[in-house]
Amino acid sequence: MSIYSIIFLVLTTMCGLVGAAFAVDSVFAFHSWLTVAISLAFLFWGIRNYTTEPADQSRYMDGVVRWGIIATIFWGIVGFLVGIVIATELAFPEVNLFKEMNFGRLRPLHTSAVIFAFCGNALIASSFYVVQRTTSARLALGNLAWFVFWGYQFFIILAATSYVLGVTQAREYAEPEWYIDIWLTIVWVAYLIVFMGTLFKRKEPHIFVANWFYLAFIVTVAMLHLVNNMAVPVSFFGVKSYSLFSGVQDALTQWWYGHNAVGFFLTAGFLGIMYYFVPKRANRPIYSYRLSIVHFWSLIFLYIWAGPHHLHYTALPDWAQTLGMVFSIMLWMPSWGGMINGLMTLQGAWDKIRTDPIIKMFVLSLAFYGMSTFEGPLMAIKEVNSLSHYTDWTIGHVHSAALGWNGMVTFAMIYYIVPKLWGKKEIYSLRLVNAHFWLATVGIVFYISAMWVSGIMQGVMWKTYNAAGFLEYSFAETVAAMFPYYVIRTSGGVLFLIGALLMAYNVYRTITMSKEEEANIETVTEAAA
Amino acid sequence: MSNNPPHENNPQDIILDVLPEHEKSQVAADDHSTTGHEWDGIKEFDKPIPRWWLWTYYLCILFSIGYMIAYPAIPLVNDYTKGLLGWSSRDVVEKDISAARLAQSKYIDALQTASLEEVAGNEELMTFAVEGGKSAYAVNCVQCHGSGAIGSKGYPNLNDDDWLWGGTLEDIYTTVSHGIRFDEDDDTRYSEMPAFLTDEILEKADIIQVAHFVRAFSGLDHDAGAASAGAEIFADNCSSCHAEDGKGDQEQGAPNLTDAVWFYGSEFDVIVDTISGGRKGVMPAWAHRLDDTTIKQLTMFIHSRGGGQ
Repeated sequence: MSIYSIIFLVLTTMCGLVGAAFAVDSVFAFHSWLTVAISLAFLFWGIRNYTTEPADQSRYMDGVVRWGIIATIFWGIVGFLVGIVIATELAFPEVNLFKEMNFGRLRPLHTSAVIFAFCGNALIASSFYVVQRTTSARLALGNLAWFVFWGYQFFIILAATSYVLGVTQAREYAEPEWYIDIWLTIVWVAYLIVFMGTLFKRKEPHIFVANWFYLAFIVTVAMLHLVNNMAVPVSFFGVKSYSLFSGVQDALTQWWYGHNAVGFFLTAGFLGIMYYFVPKRANRPIYSYRLSIVHFWSLIFLYIWAGPHHLHYTALPDWAQTLGMVFSIMLWMPSWGGMINGLMTLQGAWDKIRTDPIIKMFVLSLAFYGMSTFEGPLMAIKEVNSLSHYTDWTIGHVHSAALGWNGMVTFAMIYYIVPKLWGKKEIYSLRLVNAHFWLATVGIVFYISAMWVSGIMQGVMWKTYNAAGFLEYSFAETVAAMFPYYVIRTSGGVLFLIGALLMAYNVYRTITMSKEEEANIETVTEAAA
Repeated sequence: MSNNPPHENNPQDIILDVLPEHEKSQVAADDHSTTGHEWDGIKEFDKPIPRWWLWTYYLCILFSIGYMIAYPAIPLVNDYTKGLLGWSSRDVVEKDISAARLAQSKYIDALQTASLEEVAGNEELMTFAVEGGKSAYAVNCVQCHGSGAIGSKGYPNLNDDDWLWGGTLEDIYTTVSHGIRFDEDDDTRYSEMPAFLTDEILEKADIIQVAHFVRAFSGLDHDAGAASAGAEIFADNCSSCHAEDGKGDQEQGAPNLTDAVWFYGSEFDVIVDTISGGRKGVMPAWAHRLDDTTIKQLTMFIHSRGGGQ
């Protein structure tokens, strides 16, 4: 650890102590003490490991990637588990046992754990891996990448504990309060600096396509985060703040953020993963350079305007709703450009779907990506939206994307990257990868088909009038009708979690594999026989 | 195998063996058209964009332009482009609502002027009122009385003929309009079962005896000795509301104690609790929230459930 890190940790310790001394509420005091404790722990470790020796610039910085992959798996399991708990709570409300585990508190815990903790760590770790290899340069700025990693984990812990303790901004996917937002801003700027710095140091003449997507993701998320979280704290020593926006402007800002969190976090960032790992694993050139340019710029330009489709038939002016809809329709092909480039990269190597379960996972993730990026524009059409909005169809849609695309592509990336990072020839068991593939696939199918049926049923029940012109069903009756689908959805989630647990085991065995074990494991060519 | 960069172990050599003839030439041709860039062993083909992709993209853009011409789309300084169709979501909602109002107006107008008896006597109007009442019930009443109107502990079942405050059309209409023990409504109906133990009107032992006596009314298991001792206490303390014969008094909202319908439960301990602590459930007055025709519809719906008098 360098002298700068030590000065920084002394500062955070002092901030924590001041916060704890003047805290006006218990959650702020708790987070202040947490800051002190974690800063001191790092300080203690840092002083014992103090060094002024510069890192060897000829080697890639992979330690931070290894930790990132472990964090990805850990938070994934946490996020899936909380998802199963809240799915169970919807089917069986008695499971809302005490206030800390009420649906209202655990729901943001689930969404943040999977989007920001699981997907976020996958993005940060994979981007650090990819940017080094595609620039032939070590990560820039010394240990700043380590600060990005640990700072991001600290953000996750602050956010998660605040939800469970009942503190939220009540902005979907942006629930953390003002001071957590400031911390994330610091971490995110450091991330941008490390990534850009590495691109500047590159020894390759061109910037690889995956890095365009990663950079678009980092820059846009910074902008979204800053604008949507503009708020005035009631006290500098308390959790509560008030948003700068109100009314329909507030709603539009929120959905501009919410939609582009999907667009840039879960689409652009993950296309970055796809563009490196699919050609790498398939050992094939990327299908079309021209397509990658056209669909990249189209996607980046069009995505940012589509947010108003979340506010069809609301107080939002008609003109804004129209723009939200048409930009979503125009987004269809730019989104599919990524799918085509991914799938067609396998042209001439289609047999690998049969022989290599990791390629099979990549292919399925791209299929789900294609399906949900078709479904998204479809649901953005006002007439479709008048049926689908506020129903479980939306939940089914986001999960076909989150489980099918983000989940599957991350799992495949992990299976590819873990042997590389720990110096093994292949993952411990390809059979377990295959089992994970099927568990996850069946789980997703259970989940999304249950939500399609229940969503369309809900929408139709809400709209049904009897002959005399009165509503046929009460809201409570539509809730009761959802019960079987909520149970099926939960069981799909359980299958998905079991798959992830198999992955954790498989990764653990890969990391701890001895030379003899490694000599005996199955590889893809043998599996083909 | 994937550890090897492509130039060391060209995968095409392997794949070519398994491909049909016409695809072999395709793959071979592909290899001559990369962009020349390479990163960590990854190359890029310089292939054209698929035609169908490009044309679908153009079509989406054309559709969007057309849609923006037809519908409100472009914000201006103080206004926005209205679109050639002159469409507005507010107009659509207004039209939908006025069409729905118009379709129902024949009945709604009739409901406004007709008396409760006149509504009940007009089959067509009655059918409409029951449908409307069912819909209003599903939104406003299910929370307490249940979706099948069977009630639950402390919330009366509306399907039977055991009425607390009367089951005629007029009685139901009054109850729905003004509620029960609802302080904010001046015309609400009010009565209170005293808390005999809490307010030190009776001793615990007396209450136990009365409870036995009350259970005896409807033939539930009871101690005959305690019940006969309870008879006098009942006559002195309870009969003014529940009547000598225990059949209650709908004028005061005092339940009939001789039937099998129990508001809070017939278990011995529950009856002791009821006498000890009293009961005073509240029903809100709906005249402040629903219009008169809706309350009439609710009245008809509840009256038609089977117990109307």
